[in-house]
Order: sequence, then structure tokens, then C-alpha cells
Amino acid sequence: MLTNRHTKSNLVAQRVQEIPASGIRKFFDLLASMEGVISLGVGEPDFTTPWHIREAAIHSLERGFTMYTSNYGTFELRQELARHLARLYEVVYDPRSELMITVGVSEALDLALRAVLNPGDEVLIPDPGYVSYMPCTVLAGGTVVPVPTRVEDDFKVAAAAIEERLTPRTKVLLLGYPNNPTGAVLDYEELARIAVVAAKHDLLVISDEIYDRLVYEREHTCFASLPGMQERTILLGGFSKAYAMTGWRVGYAAAPAEILEAMLKIHQYGALCAPIMSQMAALQALRAGEPDVRAMVAEYNQRRKVIVKGLNEIGLPTFEPRGAFYAFPSVARTGLDSDTFAEQLLIEAKVAVVPGSAFGQCGEGYVRCCYATALDQINEALDRIAAFVRRHDGGQSK
Amino acid sequence: MGLSAKESEILCTLERDPCVSTGQMATMTDLSEDEVKGIVADLKQRGIILRTRSVINWEKAGEPLVTALIEVRVTPQRDVGFDALAQRIARFPEVRSMYLVSGTYDLAVQVTGRTMQDLAMFVAGKIAPLDGVQGTVTHFLLKTYKEDGVLIEGDQQPSRLPIAP
Ligand SMILES: Cc1ncc(COP(=O)(O)O)c(C=O)c1O
Repeated sequence: MLTNRHTKSNLVAQRVQEIPASGIRKFFDLLASMEGVISLGVGEPDFTTPWHIREAAIHSLERGFTMYTSNYGTFELRQELARHLARLYEVVYDPRSELMITVGVSEALDLALRAVLNPGDEVLIPDPGYVSYMPCTVLAGGTVVPVPTRVEDDFKVAAAAIEERLTPRTKVLLLGYPNNPTGAVLDYEELARIAVVAAKHDLLVISDEIYDRLVYEREHTCFASLPGMQERTILLGGFSKAYAMTGWRVGYAAAPAEILEAMLKIHQYGALCAPIMSQMAALQALRAGEPDVRAMVAEYNQRRKVIVKGLNEIGLPTFEPRGAFYAFPSVARTGLDSDTFAEQLLIEAKVAVVPGSAFGQCGEGYVRCCYATALDQINEALDRIAAFVRRHDGGQSK
Repeated sequence: MGLSAKESEILCTLERDPCVSTGQMATMTDLSEDEVKGIVADLKQRGIILRTRSVINWEKAGEPLVTALIEVRVTPQRDVGFDALAQRIARFPEVRSMYLVSGTYDLAVQVTGRTMQDLAMFVAGKIAPLDGVQGTVTHFLLKTYKEDGVLIEGDQQPSRLPIAP
């Protein structure tokens, strides 16, 4: 692996050296030297931010909004956010003390973990899961305890699997549903069973719901809306995916006042506040972005059906993702591990995907294909993958 | 007559991308190919799908078209109002689109041709002399910023990172 575990450098802290380099770094270098690549390796919408949202930010700059905001974020945005969460999920947060605006969910996640973990506290993380969960936990002094999920269970984490891995040191359960990379979604009943475990064993739940708006032909359940859960949940949400605003670097955290205050303490020294123009844009998104969300979801849903059908027809079994914008086919029949598959596919067929192993051990044998990509590109990519799989078929008979 | 949810989904998809194959449309809408064919045929028959056209940047292709917007003031006629004269004008192949509008003039006529001279001659020779036409004002288009919903932009388009977590 790419760890620097054994190199002796005293320039870089031990704790940072021990974090493995990102599994997708080497693809950057490969890609840089290639032309005509179709990328299903992205993690963001192919839409640009809707014009009215961009325009609102430009207008705020014209009016001279170029200063710091409150550490919490602008009160207007928090108020609108409180209304938004109440309307969608019937959860009630006090915009004065229970909501804060962050530099993306990325920062919110880091704050949440650092605010609650003592050295050695264990964090249960469904595997596969988003790439930041593990390193952020380690940097916050916690210990990662992966909870395996399997395609047979639609990559859902089961309450029983969580319970099996509890120890006296377990403090946090980190949920990320709809899931990156699998597209799995947990239903109300499944979440309710997890809630029972959380209550019984006094777990704190960090729920990364950045893909909450991107669910297909179903409703999202907000973890904090389950009976008794709001008091033990740190809800993380954002604008990046739903409103195609990845570059704005704005997101939010909602939590009980005591925890939020602790997160704010770190945020005020480490980031101060999220960019004001991005907060202005986020406000416009909440106020008037609903039609855009609906239109984008409708389009992702069509592409989702095309890519899932296409991959299955190629002979790469693909579970039907219910949320986010990723398909997660198994590449086992080629006999290649996911890293080799992704690398060979890029070199031979010029299609970029992300190896499932980048998301945890349980992602081995799979690759992540993002369908937030134009339909003709998806079609061309499917043709190329089909030809590649035909050439490499044979792993099957081994 | 209203549209069904499937009809509406098919129309929105075709408006965005008329090249979607029947098979792919069937996958996207959870219908069979025959059902898709039936719905599309019916929408054409009802005059809801008019036709499929490519939006082309002729200027970039090196064969610029000249386009003009012509304001036409007319005298409405008894019984037929504006329609009889409007339809006469609309039949000229030079006329690309045409509308009856409110405001200081009556008909907004978009015409295209190969040269400015062609269009000037067309207006002077064919439109202005018509009985009932009181006057015309011709605006030649100088630059296109957006064509049929497509922004005409410079070459520098931002792109996403090809690989991201
Ligand atoms: C599950 C998950 N959480 C968080 C993030 C980061 O989001 P943000 O842009 O709000 O920092 C991503 C982005 O890919 C993600 O997939």
C-alpha cells in the first residue's frame, strides 16, 4: 500500500504519516497524460449552479457583502435553514443555538468528530463509506471500527451488525445515507431499528445527509426526526450535491446546543466563517431552488436507470442504487481486483472509474461509476466498458 | 387536453435530447418500446411534437446567415382581423418565426437570408407593398448570445476534476 508508515521523517507528524494516501491519487497522474477519457470518476453534479443562485451571489458582491459573518453563519441563512428542515423533515432546530454554517460538509464532519471524541473513543463506520470518514476520525484521535455491509443486503447497515461491534469504548455511530459510493438508502423502519440500538447503548450519531435530496422514487428519512434521536444526533447537510454547488464550499451542521457550541469553538479558530458570498448563494438556493432540485433529480433518475441496466447487461452485476448519483457494479467476473480493473480500464478503454477499495475493504471487488454525467457520455462509456469486459472475461472460469 | 405524467416526461426528455433512442427512452420511463412508440406517434398526430431540429451556430461554421427582426404595423381587416394578412406573410420561406404582439406594432417577423441585401429586398419588395401593411421597421441581428435555449459562449468552458471522492 501507499502508507509511509516506515519512512522516518520528522518533518511530518506521525499521526499524519500513518494515514494512507488517497487511493485515487495515482489516477490523477495517469489521467493527466491521456486524452479522450470519459470520466465516471467524478463526485459532483455535471450541472452548473442554477443561474438565479449565481446571480444572487453576484448581486451580494455588488452590494458590498465582502466581510466576515457571525461564526455561526448569517442569521438569515440559519433561519431559512431551520424553516427548510422543519418543512422537509419536521425537525425543529433553534437557529440561534442549534445550527451553524460550515465550509462544506467536509468541515462540519471534521468539527463534529473533533468536538466529541476523546483519544481512543471508537467510531462505528459502515464499510464501504465516504473516503473522509476514516482519516477524519483518526485525526480527531478516534479509533475506526468498520461495520461491513454487503450487496446481499443492498449495502444497508443492519442494527444487529452495529450491536455486534459495540464495546465499552464505542462513542459514535457515523451514518452516511444515501451512501457514497453504493447509492444505498435506509428506510424508516431500518433507521428506527438503528435508533433503538443508539438509545439503548447511549451512542452519539453523526448523520451525513448531504445526499438527502437525491433519492429516487422514495422519501428521505432524516435521522434526527426519529423519536428521541434529535438529542443524540449531529446532522450534517449541504448544498454541494442538491443544488450543484460543490465549489462554493458551504454546508451546515445541526446539533443539540451543547455539542454545537463545542463545534463552533473549533470552527471560530480554524475557519472563522464560511464565505459570505457562498452563504448568500445558499440562502437563494433554499428560498427558490426547489424547482431546480426537482429537475436535476428527474434527470439523474433517468440516467440511473440507463447505467444500471447497461452495466447489468454487460455482465457486471449492479445493485439498484436508490440515492446519490453512483452505480456500484461488481467487477469480480473479470478476475481483476478493483484497483487493477480501474487502472486497466483507464489505460485500455479510456474510461475513468473509482476503485471500490478506496471506500473501505468491503468496497473491494467493485468500482464506483458516477451517473451525474451526460447521457451520450454514459452510453459511450458503457460501450467501452462492454468491450473491455469481453476482452477480460475469463476471470469467471478460474 | 392535459398530458399524462409519462407523456410529459417523454416530451421533456425529447426537448432536451431528440436523439434518445426508443429503447433508451423505454428504460428511462419504465415503459416498453412499443408503448414509447405509441405515445410519440400520438403526440405527433395531435400536433404537440411539431418537428425535430438541430440548433446550429452557422457563424462558427463559416457560413453566417443574416437574420432580421421586422416590426410590421398592419390595418386589421373586418371579420378576419390580423389573421389573413399574417398568414400571407408567414407563408414566405424567408420567414422563420412570426408572432402577433401587443405594443406599438402588430406583427413580429423573424426572417433569414444569405445576405443583408437579400433581406432588404425581401422586405421592400414583398412585405411593405402588401395591402394593409402600414409600415415596417427592420432590425438586423448583429450578434447572437443565446440560440433556442443554448448559450453561445467563448471557447473557455470550465470542467470538473475527472476524479474526485
Ligand atoms: C458522503 C459525502 N459527504 C461529504 C462530502 C463533502 O461535501 P462538501 O462539498 O459539502 O464538503 C461528500 C462529497 O463528495 C460526500 O460524498
